[in-house]
Amino acid sequence: MAKAPEFDVPEAGDYIFTPPVLPGAMSHSQPFVAKEAHQEAVGYPGELIDNWQEVAIEKLGEMTKKYRGLQVYLDSCVKCGACTDKCHYFLGTGDPKNMPVARQDLLRKVYRRYYTLAGKYLPKLVGAEDLTEEVLDDWYKYYHQCSQCRRCSVYCPYGIDTAEVSMAAREIMATVGKGQKYCNEIIGKVHKIGNNLGLPEKALANTLEGLEEDVLEDDGVAVKFPLDVKGADVLLVTPSADFFAEPHIDGLIGYAKVFHQAGLSWTVSSHASEAANFGLFIGSYENMQKVALRIREAALELGVKRIVFGECGHAWRVGYSFLNTLAGPFDFLDSNYPVPQHIIEVTHDLLSQGRIKLDPEANDDKRVTFHDSCNVARASRMGSKAGGQFVLPREVIKAACNNFFDMRADTIGEATFCCGGGGGLLTDDLIELRTKGAMPRMQALKEVNEQHQITHMAAICAICKSQFSKVLPYYGFEMDQIISVHQLVGDALVMDTEH
Amino acid sequence: MGLFLSVILYGTLLVFVVGILRKVIQYATIPAPLKIPTTPAPTTRTGVVFRLGREVVLFESLFKASKWTWLFGWLFHFGLLLVLLAHLRYFTEPVWWWVALLAPFSPYFGMMMMFGLAGLLARRFLVDRVRYISAPSDFLMLVFLMAIAGSGLIMRYWLHADIVQVKEFALGLLAFDFGLLGFNPILVLHLVLVAVLLLIFPFSKLLHAPGLFFSPSRNQVDNPRERRHIARWAKPLDGNRGEKPHG
Ligand code: HEM
Ligand code: HEM
Ligand code: SF4
Ligand code: SF4
Repeated sequence: MAKAPEFDVPEAGDYIFTPPVLPGAMSHSQPFVAKEAHQEAVGYPGELIDNWQEVAIEKLGEMTKKYRGLQVYLDSCVKCGACTDKCHYFLGTGDPKNMPVARQDLLRKVYRRYYTLAGKYLPKLVGAEDLTEEVLDDWYKYYHQCSQCRRCSVYCPYGIDTAEVSMAAREIMATVGKGQKYCNEIIGKVHKIGNNLGLPEKALANTLEGLEEDVLEDDGVAVKFPLDVKGADVLLVTPSADFFAEPHIDGLIGYAKVFHQAGLSWTVSSHASEAANFGLFIGSYENMQKVALRIREAALELGVKRIVFGECGHAWRVGYSFLNTLAGPFDFLDSNYPVPQHIIEVTHDLLSQGRIKLDPEANDDKRVTFHDSCNVARASRMGSKAGGQFVLPREVIKAACNNFFDMRADTIGEATFCCGGGGGLLTDDLIELRTKGAMPRMQALKEVNEQHQITHMAAICAICKSQFSKVLPYYGFEMDQIISVHQLVGDALVMDTEH
Repeated sequence: MGLFLSVILYGTLLVFVVGILRKVIQYATIPAPLKIPTTPAPTTRTGVVFRLGREVVLFESLFKASKWTWLFGWLFHFGLLLVLLAHLRYFTEPVWWWVALLAPFSPYFGMMMMFGLAGLLARRFLVDRVRYISAPSDFLMLVFLMAIAGSGLIMRYWLHADIVQVKEFALGLLAFDFGLLGFNPILVLHLVLVAVLLLIFPFSKLLHAPGLFFSPSRNQVDNPRERRHIARWAKPLDGNRGEKPHG
């Protein structure tokens, strides 16, 4: 079902072609600016303040004193160009400002102008520039053409992470009153209601009940989807898309079946009914911490022993890398388990202990590949060994499915290409960018498809799943070819009916 | 001439040392509030030492990124390192044995450096992406380093400097005894350029050398589930929950 797009979809050719630079190719692309209410709900001024230049420059200086990474990254880039062909948005659009180093330079040139000797006295020589309205516009456009996927930081000889620069720039923009609607509106909802969708407790309870009925009908097993159960062992924190969206929901059913079959008592919390944490995307430590603390509160309130995260990429980054720091210490939980755990880790453990069994023949109708999500791949880990985030999901998939085929090596693992919709860009006002940015992943998918007749691509990220269901059709695939890893698990799980 | 050169070399060396120290202290004291190593990352300190070691010695990440840039960049940096080590022949008496071993090859190291720099410069002109991100200073930096290496090579092959005198001058520098130096224009140029290099080092992108060691995406241990990692400034946000901040 090919779609008629309102823009040119890049061709996913036989290999990933590095385009010539096309200045301005994406200068029309920008997301909606946050309205007053959205801004104020997350602690920022409602509209662009009068003395924004002054405040922005001061904020930049302040942030370089709070974040060593930012300071080192702004100083250290040698313009070697190693990162220039690594960003999926550059590969998909050719706009030179989507080259990671050029994206950083939008902030760096201002940093140089106001905070370095050379930039103060010889701005032309070192490419320093005043902070003008055009520069602010460029910030708004191009810092919202970065999915904070960190692919560039893998290849930079100093690990310069454009994601960090984008986050800082977004924080500065929000501080002067130019925040992004999509992210800020969502963070406001989490603060107020507890999840990105603004889904109240009642609706959540109904949804979960409905799922119990569905599973009973389909599989004849009374799998429970508990909500706010005090004294449960496991608190499941999962992206709210898992409650509603396709194909996410089949993943949620998969987790529930695993818990059921392993005999683990678990619960979802209505207070922390969201794993996603968009505070990360806007670079706001305070907002990120506030959202993360809901998980701590829920764990204490329900008296659980373990916290497990569902399939979501950036949520796992915040969970794995930051949760202990932001909302710890978790000394009140069972110290036999890492806090938090990923559902893949749980399933993997249960499989290796023989506590659950998978029958891969159940998925014989599928030929599957796996999309490594950026935040899982380059900003977190699973298991006890470095790189476990690549091994564990593949082992789980292979246990659940006989036909597994990886995409080309330089497009998976730490080199994985972003789906094109991460980092707070999963909004309809950026659909052109999202479609173009998906090109490298679509190219690799096309290639593995030609070799192995792939039927499905599995993923462990709510954003990737939503993004792919939207953009797959632009590249000649079907929207339902993207699935949750735990859908494969759920379908292959050998269930005892007497449970 | 000797006095003039001594004074500017001392002056610029002072700027260099103070400038770098200032930066290193700054980098060492700014907190990195969250764990952001680019994963897969080492799970131990020792692992991090090896990771940084590979970046410094092998340019590991650059190798993954671009073989040409890696080749030119690596030849330039290791040529530079070897040239500098061989230069110790002017500053040691008796010359350390391993310096004496390197010294005869010094011109080849210089050529290695030149070749690398030329490649990097060509890349800056020829690759449209790299041209786009280059400021005038990025071209100049390469030309400038070529001028240092070039003036050295010219002395080696054409306009010979009086090496005995250079050595006296260099040893004099170390002993705070400002010796005389005959006026060889190329040598003067060589030394003035070296002084300029020292001067701009702490204020330019040459900060990548100390920067690498402080880059959180490369120098952090991957252990956030085991250890909390709270910055000084984040401590007040932590309520009464936490332990001591990490500094
Ligand atoms: C710890 C020591 C150092 C390390 C690990 C290091 C590493 C690197 C790397 C990986 C690059 C990028 C690749 C390239 O373009 O060559 C680079 C670029 C560069 N380095 Fe270094 N470097 C170090 C010290 C120095 C020193 C002492 C100098 C100068 C005298 C220097 C001058 C340069 C220049 C000028 C460039 C830019 C080259 C270009 O324009 O493409 N580096 N360095
Ligand atoms: C005070 C410091 C320095 C002194 C007294 C000095 C002196 C000299 C002299 C006398 C030569 C000629 C060698 C010959 O005729 O065999 C030379 C060569 C050279 N110098 Fe320097 N130099 C100094 C610093 C530097 C620095 C910092 C660099 C690099 C950035 C450099 C790069 C070179 C190169 C590439 C050559 C040619 C290769 C060779 O013969 O070693 N020099 N230098
Ligand atoms: S973080 Fe990802 S999206 Fe952002 S510049 Fe780097 S490669 Fe591009
Ligand atoms: S790879 Fe790193 S140092 Fe090289 S241009 Fe990109 S950001 Fe700058």
